[in-house]
Amino acid sequence: MADEKKIAAYICQGCGLGDRLDTSELAKVAEKEGKAAIVREHAFLCNADGVATIQKDIDSEGVTHVCVAACSRRAKTEAFGFDKVAVSRANLREGVIWSQPNTDDAKELTQDMAADYIRMGCAEVSFMKAPDTNPNHGSNKRILVVGGGITGMTAALEVAQTGYDVLLVEKDAQLGGQAAKLHKRQPNHEPYADPQDTGISEMIAAIEAEAKITVSLNAHITRTSGAPGQFSVDISTESGSTQTENVGAIIQASGFTPYDASKLDYLGYGKGADIVDQMGLEELARKANGKGITRPSDGQEIKKVVFVQCAGQRSEKDGELAYCSGHCCNTSIKQAMYFKDANPEVDTTILYTDLRTPGNGEDFYRSAQRKGVIFAKGQVSEVDANGNGAKVKFKDLILDDDVEIDADLVVLATGQVANSGVDIDEVPQNEPGQWEVSVDSILNMDYRQGKDMPHLRHGFQDSHFICFPYETRRTGIYTCGPVRRPMDMVQASEDATGAALKAIQAVENAELGRAAHPRSGDLSYPEFRKEGCTQCKRCTVECPFGAIDEDEKRYPKFNESRCRRCGTCMGACPVRVISFENYSIDTVGQQIKAVSMPDEFEEKPRILALACENDAYPALDMAGMNRLQYSAFVRAIPVRCLGSVSTSWITDAMNSGYDGVVLMGCKHGDDYQCHFVKGSELANTRMSKIGDTLEQLDLEGERVATHEVAITDIQRVPELINEMAAKVEELGMNPFKDF
Amino acid sequence: MTATNTAMVAKYQNNFLQEVEANVEEGDWVKMCMQCGVCAGSCPLGNAWEHPPQEIFMMIRAGKREEVLSSESMWMCTSCYNCIVRCPRELPITHIMHGLANYAHRLGIAHKKNPTRRFAKIFWNNISKSGRVNELSLSIKLYFMDGIVSGIKKGLQMMGVGLGLVKTGRLDPMALISHKGIKDTKGLQAMLKKANEIEDKRKGYAS
Repeated sequence: MADEKKIAAYICQGCGLGDRLDTSELAKVAEKEGKAAIVREHAFLCNADGVATIQKDIDSEGVTHVCVAACSRRAKTEAFGFDKVAVSRANLREGVIWSQPNTDDAKELTQDMAADYIRMGCAEVSFMKAPDTNPNHGSNKRILVVGGGITGMTAALEVAQTGYDVLLVEKDAQLGGQAAKLHKRQPNHEPYADPQDTGISEMIAAIEAEAKITVSLNAHITRTSGAPGQFSVDISTESGSTQTENVGAIIQASGFTPYDASKLDYLGYGKGADIVDQMGLEELARKANGKGITRPSDGQEIKKVVFVQCAGQRSEKDGELAYCSGHCCNTSIKQAMYFKDANPEVDTTILYTDLRTPGNGEDFYRSAQRKGVIFAKGQVSEVDANGNGAKVKFKDLILDDDVEIDADLVVLATGQVANSGVDIDEVPQNEPGQWEVSVDSILNMDYRQGKDMPHLRHGFQDSHFICFPYETRRTGIYTCGPVRRPMDMVQASEDATGAALKAIQAVENAELGRAAHPRSGDLSYPEFRKEGCTQCKRCTVECPFGAIDEDEKRYPKFNESRCRRCGTCMGACPVRVISFENYSIDTVGQQIKAVSMPDEFEEKPRILALACENDAYPALDMAGMNRLQYSAFVRAIPVRCLGSVSTSWITDAMNSGYDGVVLMGCKHGDDYQCHFVKGSELANTRMSKIGDTLEQLDLEGERVATHEVAITDIQRVPELINEMAAKVEELGMNPFKDF
Repeated sequence: MTATNTAMVAKYQNNFLQEVEANVEEGDWVKMCMQCGVCAGSCPLGNAWEHPPQEIFMMIRAGKREEVLSSESMWMCTSCYNCIVRCPRELPITHIMHGLANYAHRLGIAHKKNPTRRFAKIFWNNISKSGRVNELSLSIKLYFMDGIVSGIKKGLQMMGVGLGLVKTGRLDPMALISHKGIKDTKGLQAMLKKANEIEDKRKGYAS
């Protein structure tokens, strides 16, 4: 391979680069130090002529490796996207001339900086390979939908209407889920004034009429294995038969279970027949079917109904739900209308602390007020079953009064609990060869990390709710509906369409062997040198997406199609045997080495910045665009995720004379913003231990700083770099420079 | 008047919200309040109110009839209309406040010594008599509302202003005797009487 490698470097003079930098000097650097066989300067590299020049060299000069020294790798990606060759980008525009002052004094340091980026770009590309498609990809495009409630049915219909086959699995004997148990639903169209039919039977008919949808009722999933494009799923029915089906992606719409109201002792549930939860009232309403609902205890006419909002929700009490389930205010409004529509004389009171009516619920709320439903801001402390009917004690929060009212019927608005299957932090996966089906599990995955997807906050299975809806921590499996977060039927239907689209993208990407979100379209995939592996299992444990299993001999088994290409395994591997064709220990390590290291007395320190390509590096670019200046001693390298950072890069950098290292990744913790969920958190843990290493080198721990950076931290990023520059000045130069 | 009150209590059987809806100007808006408190925050006299508007609405819904009707709060409204402009539910709060005050007055349970109420009465008597406001007699009645001593005090306080008004021809000292009303004061009074009758009949105050 070494024989065939031919590096070419192209130095752009456009966007002011030619005025600010001595490009002919840079060309010499590329030629001598960067070992580029061809070096060309161009006045306007991204125009048709510039691009044609590069393409011509690739076609007729046998160039295999291209270093484009121009703007940031985030700019002009289409112009500089050449097929079948490795391409690196030296960021001279945003990273150098736009972030450095345009003065004669600054000229020398600016030129130094540019020269280093040329060296780095050439070194990087020299260790890259043009990525080839992952060979172990599957092309099954059928989509499995788990759960036949309104979410699952919507997803199934959406997928089928887009032209893909669907397998719909429902644990009950009929479709419809919780929605089928409702008398009516809250309105989803103008004028949002009255409860309307659920539409479930029409939906079931549509499913039955759709040729592309196969429905499996009374069925559980007893095993899920494989990867996007090639999942293999065992579906067992109640009768005991098991069928193995192949699908390309999975939509988990397993929905919710109503919170068990009998846990709410003080609200009297279970102590009298006239205290019901919302599902209980739906049942009464369905029985009454438009006629007046009567008192469950004695069948008498109901004159007063009290609705208790946030029953066991938004609560800090142990065993209660800490969150708002989002639909219950509208549901109580709807249920109060059941009474008011049948008989306006029935007194209906909704006791709330904060009334939340998302979507068009505000119109619905107004409609209820017009119908005479009374809304009172009050905190309910107790509900006592009182022979027939019940007594509700509450504090009126507007009038600051302690009040007791008698009601014929009390309805508790309890919340939604996600059907998330087993908690894999509590229930470990079976040892290899000892597979057992879990009856509590939804998917029964045979993944090394556990049978279901990780439970996130409050047991819901969501990825970051703003940045990555429907994405889960298992590639090719998407959640939607109340298993993802509490929601109402309108939101659940919307959610289902989103997840359907994600699943379709996943099977299409899988067929081409490409990565899914967020490195969508990436053709590289992880490779590992088995001979060097010590079976330490760090990669299999730390992979945020459970992509890596273990084979019979306990070596890691990379399921490339499940991989998101974050490189967290690469950063984890202590023996550095994991790499990607275009991103490896070497592609970054050699950039670190390529930087010229002035000696201790030149007063030119060197600071290495490893910046996450998702947030921190764009923030740096934008700092450049805004002409925010930062230290000329910094050399920034984008990384796929801070989780991919190998501690060897840091120790190598310090050993070779860098004076400081700044790591910039995304926010981690509960409300993380890391695009790879756990990457920045793992990096943070690893870096917390880097102090020991530095101490062994007799260097100050402060020389390495890890920061959480958001993409909007445009002002802050230069400050972080300058902070390190000041720190280096305070600490003095790294004594390892001359070694 | 207290008889009217008793009649109303009997008629609505403690459903004060329904009573307000039927008898108070714009009273059917009370149920639409969503308790955001923007009215209370917008009122320039907010601090002076014992119960801000949204609290009054809540009290009506909670059936606190006596407390609401004998309250001085709605009498504090100066009709600046800030709350109406700002109310996200578009409640005509100013009108409701006046409606409540008026209703409490009609029932005879409004706060007896409330100065706004007393001024309103003086003003009404003044204007309905001749069809035009007699400013001089109105001012004098207002000054002497609390007795002779405080009346003289207030008169002396305002003397400079009064003389200034006389000097510039804005106040006719002779108006006490020579105040001219509209041409047909009798007709006006007949109209007002009829209107009163109609209202009483509609709202069921009178037999």
